[in-house]
Amino acid sequence: MPKKITIEPVTRVEGHGKVTIHLDDERNVVQSRLHIVEFRGFERFIQGRPYWEAPVLVQRLCGICPVSHHLAAAKAMDVIVGAGTGEGLTPAGEKMRRLMHYGQIFQSHVLHFFHLASPDLLFGIDADPMVRNIIGVAMEHKELAVQGVMMRKFGQEIIEVTAGKKIHGTGAIPGGINKNLTPEERDRFLNGADPLNAGKMIEWAEEAIDFFTSYHAKNKEFIDNFAAFPSAHLSLVREDGAMDLYHGVLRAVDANGKVILHDVDYQDYLDYIAEEVRSWTYMKFPYLKEYGKQTGWYRVGPLARLNTCDFIPTPRAQKAFEKFRAYTNGKPNNMSMHMHWARLIEVLHAGEMIKQLLEDPDLQSEDLVVKGERQPEGVGVIEAPRGTLFHHYRVSEQDQITMANLIVSTTNNNEPMNRAVEDVAKKYLTGQEEIKEGMLNAVEVAIRAYDPCLSCATHALGKMPLKITLLDSNGKVLDKKIKS
Amino acid sequence: MSKRKIIATTSLAGCFGCHMSFLDIDERILDLIQLVEFNKSPIDDIKKFSKHCDIGLIEGGVCNSDNVEVLKEFRKHCDILVSFGECAIMGGLPALRNNIPIQECIEEAYLYGPSVEEANEKGILPNDIEIPMLLDKVYPCHEVVKIDYFLPGCPPRADLIWDILYALITGEEVELPYEVIKYD
Repeated sequence: MPKKITIEPVTRVEGHGKVTIHLDDERNVVQSRLHIVEFRGFERFIQGRPYWEAPVLVQRLCGICPVSHHLAAAKAMDVIVGAGTGEGLTPAGEKMRRLMHYGQIFQSHVLHFFHLASPDLLFGIDADPMVRNIIGVAMEHKELAVQGVMMRKFGQEIIEVTAGKKIHGTGAIPGGINKNLTPEERDRFLNGADPLNAGKMIEWAEEAIDFFTSYHAKNKEFIDNFAAFPSAHLSLVREDGAMDLYHGVLRAVDANGKVILHDVDYQDYLDYIAEEVRSWTYMKFPYLKEYGKQTGWYRVGPLARLNTCDFIPTPRAQKAFEKFRAYTNGKPNNMSMHMHWARLIEVLHAGEMIKQLLEDPDLQSEDLVVKGERQPEGVGVIEAPRGTLFHHYRVSEQDQITMANLIVSTTNNNEPMNRAVEDVAKKYLTGQEEIKEGMLNAVEVAIRAYDPCLSCATHALGKMPLKITLLDSNGKVLDKKIKS
Repeated sequence: MSKRKIIATTSLAGCFGCHMSFLDIDERILDLIQLVEFNKSPIDDIKKFSKHCDIGLIEGGVCNSDNVEVLKEFRKHCDILVSFGECAIMGGLPALRNNIPIQECIEEAYLYGPSVEEANEKGILPNDIEIPMLLDKVYPCHEVVKIDYFLPGCPPRADLIWDILYALITGEEVELPYEVIKYD
């Protein structure tokens, strides 16, 4: 008999989601979908609010990487107040924001790797679900758990001194920042007692990369083939091609490395990107307009960023990047599980950037804000931990927001995540009479590699648990698994 | 103390920020797992209650039919329910939509936004049987089930979460000086 499997809620990811997989009489996978089941309506209810509220309001889309929304909205509002982009801000304004951002990249990537994803690697994807979580890690691999906890704490404390609060801060304002860094704050992060100092964090980030590469060496078949498929990749890069997570131009490469979006100004993003709506999910499907809905989709996030950039502008991360690139002979890396490797290289880069910024005397400058000629419209784009994030606003002469458009990182990865689910569902479920928990977790492992933030994707606050339902070819529910 | 208390957590119409603030108790999490056992929670893979729980932490308000079901399930399986964070307590930021017809919110997101208006020429709206029904408004949790305690803040500060949890676990009375209660 045909069957439908539902995985709900998807766990150890951020946000609310579920997966449905349809099997026919012969147990072939005929359809698989990742559904985002929450909706907030941000684009509409923000209309009428004064523009300077946006950086504080819109970050409440997501408590995991609020800094990304805080900064993307602030960057759009920089344009609105006439401060422009890039070089427009004062050195203190831009560098304080960068410090905040790299602090957040650091904490968010660490959270994902240590707290959410590491249980699958340490215990195996078909291990007992009662153990396969961060608490299991803390019980059996305490040293690793302590590293994860302390690295996240370090990143969160960087956010606290730059944004004012660890979660939902207020540091970035249109045209700049509302505080600088005191010498005492700086010294605490540079010379703090172990492990809470930048040097130790960099050391631990390198150890985490070693942990992954040695796991990779022992599990090549799994890491290289699980949910691997060719795709285009998109991100911001600095104008000279360097990785830059705070500001740059938009670049995309195809699966073979050919540049298909040539370092364009993101103020013009609507010329290049549009979104498709499908009836079965609240999450839209962005695509490059030149290539159309069918073939214009792309990946974003750590893997994409390491595929689009030419180099990483900090020495240790650059060394790690060279190894990463050499593994695929300089071609784009299309292996979903290598996202973990790419993410850890970015942790190292963020650690190095934090140290570099802390040593910069510009952070003690009092010159924090610039203003210019007021503009009616602005776009802010940033590389959030999970990928490229677009904020676009129009503002009336009365300073009220009249239009808001958000394309969040996880939405950019909608098609790739659905492909990953399909790939794994076909491999693990085809022909199976009995659905085992481990098979369903395999589907979640594929989603988890993308570190999706479905809170962001619902354009407000949400969470993503996963549920799989097995349907017959008439759509009748045959089996439900809410991984228990 | 006799037996370890059992805790469950969920995020309804929330941003996960309260869960993140919970994790901001940092190294105290290692002490916490000696004191309690976790059941259903997004941080583990226990997707259905497998035991009756002592404490349930609810983040987020109630915005769709799934949220109602999950919240009722938490009430049934937990002795003590705590609304933690502004969204659970009073709807929070998502409740900004309460003055606007829900249809308008949907149309803005899927029909009129500048990156969809030309791409969605067929006017497709999400309406599949697999996605839950939106409620007319975002409701605070205590309008749907009885809530025993309220922890304010957006998000509640980690120290406050720790103090309250510790009090609930050990039965010791908690001190709440004026300064620790932040309503932002």
